[in-house]
Amino acid sequence: MAVLVSTTVNGDHAEFACEPNETLLDVLRNRLALTGVKEGCGTGDCGSCSVILDGRLVCSCLVLGIEAEGRKVETVEGMAHGAELHPLQTKFIEHAALQCGVCTPGFLMAAKALLEKNPDPSEEEIRFGLAGNLCRCTGYDKIVRAVQDAAKVMRGA
Amino acid sequence: MQYAAPETTKAAVSLLAKAKGSAYVLAGGSDLLVRMKGGFIEPDLVVDIKRIKAMREVKKTASGFTIGAAVPCAELGENKALLKAWPGVVEAANLIGSKQVQGRCTMSGNLCNASPAADSVPALVAAGAKAVIQGPKGKRAVPVEQVPIGPGKTSLKKGELVESLVLPARKPRSGDAYLRFIPRSEMDIAVVSAAVNLSLDAKGVITDARVSLGAVAPTVLLVAAAARAIIGTKLDAAALDKLGAAASAACRPIDDKRGTIEFRTKVAAVLAQRAAKIAYQRAGGK
Repeated sequence: MAVLVSTTVNGDHAEFACEPNETLLDVLRNRLALTGVKEGCGTGDCGSCSVILDGRLVCSCLVLGIEAEGRKVETVEGMAHGAELHPLQTKFIEHAALQCGVCTPGFLMAAKALLEKNPDPSEEEIRFGLAGNLCRCTGYDKIVRAVQDAAKVMRGA
Repeated sequence: MQYAAPETTKAAVSLLAKAKGSAYVLAGGSDLLVRMKGGFIEPDLVVDIKRIKAMREVKKTASGFTIGAAVPCAELGENKALLKAWPGVVEAANLIGSKQVQGRCTMSGNLCNASPAADSVPALVAAGAKAVIQGPKGKRAVPVEQVPIGPGKTSLKKGELVESLVLPARKPRSGDAYLRFIPRSEMDIAVVSAAVNLSLDAKGVITDARVSLGAVAPTVLLVAAAARAIIGTKLDAAALDKLGAAASAACRPIDDKRGTIEFRTKVAAVLAQRAAKIAYQRAGGK
């Protein structure tokens, strides 16, 4: 039996009906049309479904949609302000830190969560911070450079 | 499937005790949801404990730390007092999965999932932690090593759930450490793991110790002989040799794709020795 859930997504109030065993990933994609969040493995190993739930980075495939009741969810769709991209998005483009793009929203959310806690991470900290996100195209180097460069911009350095 | 998110432990116990069919506790969900999706379990009822306020807190008390069953591991790493008192426990908890998983997973969940390779469990066992269990017949506290009884099996009865984990108060000159072997640098399951917790006297002689091994038996082991090997010593070479021998002797591992019996038995000794050295140094020993 479907249940009614009331939550906040990217700062906006959102309501949806879902089955109790439906994941937040499926809810975001299929019921709220937020298809920036991607399904890779569906078992919490690849990070492509990463979102920020009440300030913590999580895999939305390992969260039930019903758990979002009264919580705050942030997805990649909330990163840009209108036409103005988030510095991480700008730097991912500048550094060509993406190829097929499926992992990119997850990387952006993980990098955002990392920089919110640690505005000046070392390369090692970036690599560990992003270890839960798999990319099969780039070889990671360009992603690390993009995050380093974005961190610099965000620090105003 | 029915989902319930009670706001009190009493309500959670009542739901679990009255459940017809299969009922599961949902804390971080990083094991439960994977098993549900894989078709390994089909719960009739899932009881989410994250709305129970008391289970969301880490409390420092005169008798130690109480860690609520729904506290995500990421939060443990951000708790400076806990990190200072129990660095081994915190480092073990922060080795579970990725940042994404750490934002959700809990030590109580790690314990109740009952994997022999659970990262936080050897550290909790070495620490002498107790699990506070609530059930239809009231509250009981048991040493954490008595919770898992085999791979995927716990000693919890119907209607029971872990409410919190209690770490004892720290004696002066104490330290703990946890190490695991994995073939890569991050995001993997322990092939072998070891945790050591010890206290020293003013001269640097070990007065108390607990040694625990993971992934070398059906459950995480508390190895009393390994602790005896270093108590009364300053962790000299002879004591370390005896520690290693006792650790290897306690191993009853399996051969699998992660490691052979021979490898696990040997590496258990090496990790126990290295963890002991770190714990000794953290306790202020030289």
